[in-house]
Amino acid sequence: MLSEGGSFMKGVVLGGLFCLVLSLLGSFSPGTESRTEDHHHHHVKAPSDDELQRLSDTRVQELSNQVRVSCIIMVQPKILVYWATAVDTWSKHCDKAVFYTSESSKALDAVDLNEKDDWARLRKALKHAYENAGDLRWFFVAQPTTFAIIENLKYLVLTKDPSEPFYLGNAMKSGELEYVLYDSGIVLSYEALKRLVHVFQDEDKCPERGRALWKLSEDKQLAVCLKYTGVYAENGEDAHGKGLFNSKSVDSLITDSMRDNPTNVVEGCCSNMAVTFNGMSPNQMQVMMYGVYRLRPYGHDFHDSLMFHPPEGSDND
Amino acid sequence: MRHTTSNLIFTTGLMMGFFSLRFMLDLNFSAEQLLYVGRDGRYQVQQDSQHVHTGENKSSAANSSHTTRILCWIMTGPKNLESRTNHIRETWAKRCDKVLYMSSVKTDFPTVDLNVSEGRDNLYWKTIRAFQYIHQHHLDEADWFLKADDDTFVVVENLRYTLSKYDPEKPLYLGRRFTPFISQGYMSGGAGYVLSKEALRRFVKGFNTGECTHFSTIEDMALGKCMETMKVEPADSRDVKGRQTFHAYPPDYYLIRQPPRPRPWYLLYDHYTPIEGPDCCSDFVVSFHYIYAVQLYVLEYLTYHLRPYGYKYRFNPEDKTDFNATTKSM
Repeated sequence: MLSEGGSFMKGVVLGGLFCLVLSLLGSFSPGTESRTEDHHHHHVKAPSDDELQRLSDTRVQELSNQVRVSCIIMVQPKILVYWATAVDTWSKHCDKAVFYTSESSKALDAVDLNEKDDWARLRKALKHAYENAGDLRWFFVAQPTTFAIIENLKYLVLTKDPSEPFYLGNAMKSGELEYVLYDSGIVLSYEALKRLVHVFQDEDKCPERGRALWKLSEDKQLAVCLKYTGVYAENGEDAHGKGLFNSKSVDSLITDSMRDNPTNVVEGCCSNMAVTFNGMSPNQMQVMMYGVYRLRPYGHDFHDSLMFHPPEGSDND
Repeated sequence: MRHTTSNLIFTTGLMMGFFSLRFMLDLNFSAEQLLYVGRDGRYQVQQDSQHVHTGENKSSAANSSHTTRILCWIMTGPKNLESRTNHIRETWAKRCDKVLYMSSVKTDFPTVDLNVSEGRDNLYWKTIRAFQYIHQHHLDEADWFLKADDDTFVVVENLRYTLSKYDPEKPLYLGRRFTPFISQGYMSGGAGYVLSKEALRRFVKGFNTGECTHFSTIEDMALGKCMETMKVEPADSRDVKGRQTFHAYPPDYYLIRQPPRPRPWYLLYDHYTPIEGPDCCSDFVVSFHYIYAVQLYVLEYLTYHLRPYGYKYRFNPEDKTDFNATTKSM
């Protein structure tokens, strides 16, 4: 009798231990999706509601004050109206916005890089932005046809450390190379930009005038140079995995969605927290300012964890 | 024999130990999850589904002792059901308290057969018959009665907000006020207009007594005449900053900055002096017109989905400190 009881107890204890070991090995975490950033995952997601709530109010306040974006906008006098539109619309929401041109124009204020080659011009612009960064730690590179919602960019990178290398946007793959598309905006953390500026000095790894028989587009060139410094392109996504950087206009994306998801057009289209669109006309950008920053249904209030104030001296947002 | 019994007992003990510890571990985790759900619950409701109304109710502006139920009727026809009306049904129509699709043919869409044939010249006949139909069958189901075209985009919440300061038992109607032809003016048909319950009663009465007739095929202007005859007043639909809520054209006709210039042709009829550029249009806009499928979904996306996270909107009419005196211009 005693020996049977003894063997029973041995069984219980062994069973319990076995279970403990299994659960520890399974590294069971209580319903959270937050994992330490592994840059080889190739996507960066915006913080989920869970993540933000886990932070204290003061911490969130700190983060929203610290995340500041320097916008690098490449323009050309040939398309003055895009330049003027960027000045009047979305770029007002950057903490700092600098326009870089290939040739000066009396009409608008920009840094004249006096450089016709697109890649060389981009290099100079990035170097200039880095040297004049001040205390800004995030850099956003845009084309004249890009429309950006900087608040959503800040939301995306809110919990990311800019002293880590980040290179984000609409990530594409070309053969072995993963790169961020230029026209939907390129996001660089301070560390990524720092490494980039340093590798610019290496004529072998990152030549100023491409040595290849065919010219690589600037966005691919950028990816190649960054890769040498150990920085890889990552796709910017919302908490649900939807891409935030769009190479098309809203109209174009909706048209696609009407074809692909006819019963669920809007939900199947674009993220609520989209950061960029591309290919919008200057007039469409003016309407976007209204659509994004003003138009809304009365009574729908959101208790967001962050607060961003409207820019001073602006009347269209 | 004893050996197998002993093994059996050992195995039973093993399983009991395993499962009871597993059970205890699970309980532990669920408790933690409950804690998060507790905090989550509040945020989930507000952030997840974007159609949740938080404490809005009619705590707005003035008199909120009456309800603001809206019946929407959409002027359409068999040709447009699939290309236009369908998309309205997928987007804003479901926010009306009641929606009716008025046509010349009864279908399972569902559409109502008004017993009037299609065609531009029959628009006023359709309007008369539509309001008579609503008066007969649906009068008690709403306080306000909106007419819209099948190429109109409406933000029903904002219509409700605009109407909340008016009494539906008073004879009035709202929309984009135009000046010509009628001395008290009339409301643009394409921008959509909304009649109070009393205004609807008087409209129908007018046709019963012969005070109102089908004297013209121009629907909006003719309705405006009947309203004037029956002493229904045109109310001001602009917001507290004097910005328009109903629009007879798409947003780009109004929002694009212009140098000071004489009124373009599409603003010639406006009763209140139109403003071009950002101040044309209220944040809480009610309607735009000439909006077809793609644009309809674009506006739906911009209004109800895309937003700048954490942005503190400039215009907060409920914020007492923000309240500016109305700048009503003639």
